Amino acid sequence: MNQPRTADDGTGTLVDSNEPWDLRLYVTGRSPKCLRAIENLRRICEEHLAGRYKIEVVDLLENPRLAAEDQILAVPTVVRRLPPPIRKLVGDLSDTERLLVGLQLRPPRGTTT
Amino acid sequence: MDKTVLTSLTEGALGPDLEKAPTGIPGLDQITGGGLPRGRVTLVAGSAGAGKTLLGLEFLVAGARKYGEPGVLVSFEESEAKVALNVSSLGFNLDELRRDGLLVVLSFRVEPSEIVATGEFDLEPLFAILDDAIGRTGAKRVVLDTIEVLFGAFGDDSIVRSELSRLARWLEERGVTAIVTGERGEKSLTRNGIEEYVTDCVIVLDHRVTDEISTRRLRVVKYRGSAHGTNEYPFLISARGFVVLPITSIALDYGASEERISTGIARLDHMLSGGAFRGSTLMVSGTAGTGKTSLGAHMVNSTCARGERALLVLFEESPDQFLRNMRSVGLDLQPWVEAGLLRIWAARPSAFGMETHLAVLARLIEEERLSVAVLDGIASLAHGILAPEATSMVARQIDLLKTQGITTLITALGHGDETSSENVSSMVDTWLLLRNVETNGERNRLLFVLKSRGTAHSNQVREFVLTDNGVELVDVYVGAAGVLAGSARLAQQAAERDEEVRQAEDLGRRRRELRRTIMEREAHLVAVQDQLDAERAEIDRIDLRERHQAADTEADRSAMSTRRWADTASGNGEKR
Repeated sequence: MNQPRTADDGTGTLVDSNEPWDLRLYVTGRSPKCLRAIENLRRICEEHLAGRYKIEVVDLLENPRLAAEDQILAVPTVVRRLPPPIRKLVGDLSDTERLLVGLQLRPPRGTTT
Repeated sequence: MDKTVLTSLTEGALGPDLEKAPTGIPGLDQITGGGLPRGRVTLVAGSAGAGKTLLGLEFLVAGARKYGEPGVLVSFEESEAKVALNVSSLGFNLDELRRDGLLVVLSFRVEPSEIVATGEFDLEPLFAILDDAIGRTGAKRVVLDTIEVLFGAFGDDSIVRSELSRLARWLEERGVTAIVTGERGEKSLTRNGIEEYVTDCVIVLDHRVTDEISTRRLRVVKYRGSAHGTNEYPFLISARGFVVLPITSIALDYGASEERISTGIARLDHMLSGGAFRGSTLMVSGTAGTGKTSLGAHMVNSTCARGERALLVLFEESPDQFLRNMRSVGLDLQPWVEAGLLRIWAARPSAFGMETHLAVLARLIEEERLSVAVLDGIASLAHGILAPEATSMVARQIDLLKTQGITTLITALGHGDETSSENVSSMVDTWLLLRNVETNGERNRLLFVLKSRGTAHSNQVREFVLTDNGVELVDVYVGAAGVLAGSARLAQQAAERDEEVRQAEDLGRRRRELRRTIMEREAHLVAVQDQLDAERAEIDRIDLRERHQAADTEADRSAMSTRRWADTASGNGEKR
């Protein structure tokens, strides 16, 4: 697994550093994948968005119909509701590089900043 | 159940009867011997636009409305609004079905470009929401359309594959009958090999274009544990939905009416012992310009005149042209059209594929409560599409009409050959052949009854004449020179008329002569009688005179002897 390159921390952030982040994490029960995803997401947020993020964990087993409403087919899924645009990330978030790029916390590898 | 299909397969090796969930799709349930395997997953594979979604939807709607089995549709391709539109195109209201708890529609849009894959995942939300929907409605049917879009969406297809496999097992455990649809692949049945874990029943839909005309086909590739029709069956997507028309479903179990209905031509009825059987199929074949269409028009005319409904399908002319042409032979069909008794549908065969033809025909039959249908110009259909397909198409049309008890007259362009006419001749009950005969520089039409099932039909040839008052059948003259028709017949008729006149004159003269003779003889007879009377009177007079004379003589003699005192011995006188 790729480890985050600490040298890029902060400097690679693409969004306004003062904007609040609203993240929603969809899970089904307490499966290992889901627990892993919660852990990974919290860690990344603490590292990059400390103090200005909100994570809402939604258990689809408690309200299955939300899956159709929110168009969630796979779990775990992270939806970045704020800042816009909406981004959707599927998986246990163990691929930190893709997670950071996906959340636009870091530009895709190979691009210059 | 389709007897034909079953008998064509070995029944013994099939094991116990599988329970089946009818699809409600005409034809498909016949091919599959009752429907899809109950409690199993069926794969419907086909290219884009092949009708997979519609098949699934019909399965659900039929389940909900006909068989009391609620259903769940999970659509990965279409929005709920689009699904509602599709449902209403089948003549059902999605809102009503939903309100009645008979159908749940779940729509998911999957856009791989919007999703970032970041590791392991599963499709548990799909299970959860299906579980919720099934539990809520008691659904017995589930359609997933099409799970193929999940491939490539989340980065790891091996997970998707194992999750779908798990879903299939899960659905089976729940006892729901499911359809999953898949895109047709190049080498395999589906692009992503869904058939590997949906192994019980596989139906392939195909949408082929041959000679620029599209044909839809359906084939049951696999049906574990059940007999099924193995052919490719054309199907059509009509206004009422999906219709499969298996040719082997011609079960030959339609009723047979004893009632005769008129062909509209009295003498033809007579040739057929009183007309065509109601519900039978007549074919009129002949070369171009032999009057096939006019014959059909007569049939239509007499049908409407009885107050029954008729359908006229024109493959060669527009309705206006047809009506004008028929007016020229004294048949005005316009009033029937206006009275709503006659429906005319005209379409170039090349305009649609053959399933569309069938679809329109099926719809017209459904709508009109027809008594008689005339399909004019079937053979031109063969020009539009390949011959074997034309034959099966005609066969299906005949079948469709026959099962509805509609008396059908089809006209086909033949070559005057009794073996031609698209091999549909075995399917028709009565076959009339119109043939042009060329003699003395003119062509005349002759009509033969080649066959007529269940009817003692005339073996005579009739001349078929188009007059200002429609078709007339005229006896032909059979003489030393063969069959005489047209002007040869007219010449013959004229000659016979002359002969008749001459004979009549001869007889008149002879009669007059005889009358005169009789009068003469009678006059003579009177004269002779007079003479006879006179002669008899003369005899009487003579007799009278004789008696007077004898009396006088006796008196004289006695007077004389008194005077002479002679003795009475008269003998004295004798001796002297």
